[in-house]
Amino acid sequence: MEKTPFYDVHTALGAKIVDFGGYAMPVQYTGIIDEHNRVRNRVGMFDVSHMGEVEVSGERAKEFVQYITLNDVNKLYEGRAQYSAMTYDDGGLIDDLLVYHLGDKYMLVINAANRDKDVSWIEKQAASFDSVSVNDKSDSIALIAVQGPKSGDVLQRLTDVDLSGIKFYHFESGKLAGIDMIISRTGYTGEYGFELYYHATQADNASVWNAIQEAGKPEDIGPAGLGARDTLRLEMGLLLYGNDMNEQISPLEAGLGWITKFDKGDFIGKDALLALKEKGIQRKITGLKIVDAKLSRRAIPRKGYPIMANGKQIGEVTSGTLSPTLQACIAMGYIDRDFAEEGREVAISVRGNNVAYVVTKPPFIRR
Amino acid sequence: MNFPDDLKYTKEHEWLRIENDVAVVGITDYAQSELGDIVFIEFPEKGSSYSQNDSMGTIEAVKTVADLYAPVSGEVIEVNDELADTPESVNQDPYEKGWMVKIKMSNPSEVDALLDSAAYKEHVAEA
Repeated sequence: MEKTPFYDVHTALGAKIVDFGGYAMPVQYTGIIDEHNRVRNRVGMFDVSHMGEVEVSGERAKEFVQYITLNDVNKLYEGRAQYSAMTYDDGGLIDDLLVYHLGDKYMLVINAANRDKDVSWIEKQAASFDSVSVNDKSDSIALIAVQGPKSGDVLQRLTDVDLSGIKFYHFESGKLAGIDMIISRTGYTGEYGFELYYHATQADNASVWNAIQEAGKPEDIGPAGLGARDTLRLEMGLLLYGNDMNEQISPLEAGLGWITKFDKGDFIGKDALLALKEKGIQRKITGLKIVDAKLSRRAIPRKGYPIMANGKQIGEVTSGTLSPTLQACIAMGYIDRDFAEEGREVAISVRGNNVAYVVTKPPFIRR
Repeated sequence: MNFPDDLKYTKEHEWLRIENDVAVVGITDYAQSELGDIVFIEFPEKGSSYSQNDSMGTIEAVKTVADLYAPVSGEVIEVNDELADTPESVNQDPYEKGWMVKIKMSNPSEVDALLDSAAYKEHVAEA
C-alpha cells in the first residue's frame, strides 16, 4: 500500500487504517458517527491526498481537456473549478473528476483507485495532440479537506487570503499556515468547506496538519476518516466511482446529464451518448429512503442488495448506509426507469426480507 | 487491545466466559474495532438451539454487517436486551456491558478446542 504524507499523523492519532484504492488510509479515528456529526455541526479535517492530480499544459491544453471531458471547459477561467467526467467512445464512465483552471494549465483531480487507468488513457489521447503535455503530480501533492460550518473561521486564522470572498467551486492561490497552496471552496460533504492542495515536499507535512488542528481548537476540530466521508457524501447523494459509477454505466444513467454538454463541440463518447439519449435510458440512478425509520438499524442497505417491486428484481443498491443525520436508512441504486419516479414505493431485500423504501430525489438532507 | 485472560476465544472473533455449563458470548475488542460503530444486533430467539459455527444472528455496523456465530453448540437461554437501546456498549465495553447471548452448552467439551487469550492474540496479529 502507498502512504500519503500524513500516514504517521494518522497512526499517531490511533486511526484504523484500511486499503483504499491502493493507499493506506484512515477509515476512522474515534468513530464514524462522531466524526460525521463533527463535520455537520462544527468542523472536521480529512486527509484526501490519495486523490490523483494530473496537470495538462501546452498550447492546445484547453482544446484537449474539452475533448476528453464531458463538461464545457469554456466556462472555466483562472480561479474556477468544475465537476466533470471522462467516458470511453462507447459512453461508459472512466472516472469523475474536478477540472481546475490554473491560468497557464489545467489540473484534473481524479480518483485514487483509477489513477493508473486514467493517466494512461489521458496520455494515450494526448499522443494525437501535438504540444500538449500531461504530468501526473499525484505523488507530490498533499490534499487536506477542511469541512463544516466553522471551517472558514478556523482557516481564516492561518491566512491573509479573504476566505469569505471565495465562492463555491472557486479557488485562490495563496499562503496558508505559511505554505503556498491552492485554497479551493470545494468538498464532498455538502458542508461549507475548503480543500487545500500543496506540494508535499515544501514543508514538514505534519506542521500544516498540526497548524490547522491548533487553529481549530476553539471549535473542537477533529480528524475525520473515509467512513465519515462516505456517510457525508451519501446524505448529499454524491456519487462514488466504483460504487455508483463504473465503465458499464453511462453519465446519462448516473444522473450526470447536467455535466454532459452536447453543444460544446466534439468530445470522446459524444456519438454514443447522443444515440443513448435519443433511444432513452433503461435504468437510472435513484435515491431511496426507508419508509419506516424505526426499522433502520436492522435493515441497513448495502452495495449489491436487490431492489424489488411486484415480486421481481428491478434494480440493485450501489451505496447505502444508516444516515447519522436522519437516523434513517438511505441508499443509491440503479432501477428500471419504469419504477424510478419520485415518491414510488419499492423494497430493498435485506437478507431475504423485503423492507419498504421510497424513491427520493437526493440530497437526502438540505444544507 | 485488550483480551482478558479468563476468557476463551474463537477465530471468528467471539469471546466466551464459561460459567459451569453456560457460555456467555460476545465479540472481542478486535472485532468491535474492525466493525466500527455498531448500531444493531439481531439476536437469536430465546430457546432456539444451534450447532457450533451456525450463524445465529447479525451485527449491523454503520460501515458493514457481520454474522454472529454460535461458538459452541447449545440452547440460547438469554440475550442482552439492553443492547437494543445501547448497541454502542459493544464498542465501549465489549467484555462486560457488551455481552450478547448466553448459551446452555449441549457439548461442553467443545470448549477445550477454543483459543486461550495468548493464542487468540497470535491469531489477531496474523490477521
